[in-house]
Amino acid sequence: MTTPDSTQDKPATNTLVIGIIAWLWVLIPFAYGLYQLVIKIPALFAG
Amino acid sequence: MAAGFLARERTIAPPGWSRWLIPPAALSIHLAIGQAYAWSVFKTPLAATLLPGNPNAGVLTALPFELGIIMLGLSAALFGTKVDANGPRWAMVVASSCFVGGFLVSALGCYIGQFWLVVVGYGFLGGIGLGIGYISPVSTLIKWFPDRPGLSTGIAIMGFGGGALIASPLTTQLLAAFGGSGQGATAAGVGQTFLVMGIIYAIFMSVGWLLVRVPPDGWRPEGWTPPTTGVLAGKFDVSARNAIRTPQFWLLWVVLCFNVTAGIGILERAAPIWTDFFGAGAAAAAVTAAAAGYVALLSLANMLGRIGWSTTSDYLGRKNMYRGYLGIGALLYLTITLTTNSSPVIFLICSMLILSFYGGGFATVPAYLRDLFGTYQVGAIHGRLLTAWSVAGVLGPLIVNAIADAQIAAKVEGPARYTTSFIIMIVLLAIGFVCNELIKPVADKFHEERSTATTGAQA
Repeated sequence: MTTPDSTQDKPATNTLVIGIIAWLWVLIPFAYGLYQLVIKIPALFAG
Repeated sequence: MAAGFLARERTIAPPGWSRWLIPPAALSIHLAIGQAYAWSVFKTPLAATLLPGNPNAGVLTALPFELGIIMLGLSAALFGTKVDANGPRWAMVVASSCFVGGFLVSALGCYIGQFWLVVVGYGFLGGIGLGIGYISPVSTLIKWFPDRPGLSTGIAIMGFGGGALIASPLTTQLLAAFGGSGQGATAAGVGQTFLVMGIIYAIFMSVGWLLVRVPPDGWRPEGWTPPTTGVLAGKFDVSARNAIRTPQFWLLWVVLCFNVTAGIGILERAAPIWTDFFGAGAAAAAVTAAAAGYVALLSLANMLGRIGWSTTSDYLGRKNMYRGYLGIGALLYLTITLTTNSSPVIFLICSMLILSFYGGGFATVPAYLRDLFGTYQVGAIHGRLLTAWSVAGVLGPLIVNAIADAQIAAKVEGPARYTTSFIIMIVLLAIGFVCNELIKPVADKFHEERSTATTGAQA
């Protein structure tokens, strides 16, 4: 049951924009780090 | 209590605020402070520029990291209650200030040629930032995601594992760009790297304290009702002061400590372990590259375990997950001990699973605490529990390195160097398994009055 003063899960438009920017803010550096990691793995199976 | 912009009252979410804004806020803090695991990149440049010719340079350059990890545990334990009382924005600002301040003091140390400033700056000041930053989003996430506590804290704690992935290549590139590494490396170049990284992290972490919000009292996700069944349904609230008086807290402390120790057993010496198991007869360059690939694969498993196993715990339950981490973990160590280097595939699968359990153990523990002690002061309790990490951080490397060094001195070759260490890990995991089995719901006498817990509840 949702209480009367609860915030809603469905974000308003501006919250949605903030959300997209916020997730990109953290995911882009994370993807960069992940890429740098993954390119080292093939050496394990090279020989 | 914190005042003004940092006050907890100023961080209560307005209507329409999405709870999905909280994980990126938490990640911006954890991805930054996770840099600590990439400290080794600074070791050689610091030794070459600030400690040239010093025979103890290896030990000395490890000091900032070691002090940082000790301060992480201490500050999380000491400031946990204050973090819960003042709210996540205050905690994130303090954590950012200390963590960034550590980089700036270290930069100053490099510019004026004083290595002790790097130890105090990065280790002491930065370490306080690590501890407060690590626990800062935990209770807030658990309150926003009462239906998925494992998933929410798993995202943040995965960020701590991922921080080193970003920091390691970034630091390498900055050191090269500013002349802090390679031939003719200068202390000013290292200092400039510290300075620029401090500025980058100050900007990056700001998203955390700008975005973070606590839910209004009594808030629940739409359509969700708290479960009333299940042994560990999280129906009660226990204060941090009372929590450390319960056997459950100390049993969980041992569980976390030994689970972390077992993971560090492989993580600490990953590259030498691969070389000793599969390096015989291969070209040195190929073995070095393969060992680096092995380390990378373990890092990936560690990170995926944080989000994957923690999320799974929302469905299977926390106690069952630790049964797996500890019980299956012990069997995997046994498999490696028995099969040694007969099959690289079996070795890889086993060690990846062990590291995924290591990460999963870190990420699942906040939700386990919430199940046992409620959400009232879960951040403070989590902070106190992290002292287990500090102990494991010493215990794990001590066991593996001391035994491996002794075996090397005794001219033992190959996988046999690790047999004793792995057997010790199996025993520790078995003890942890028993401790997990002994964890029962907290006795009524430790429960807070509902009114006290509600009015005092802070994220």
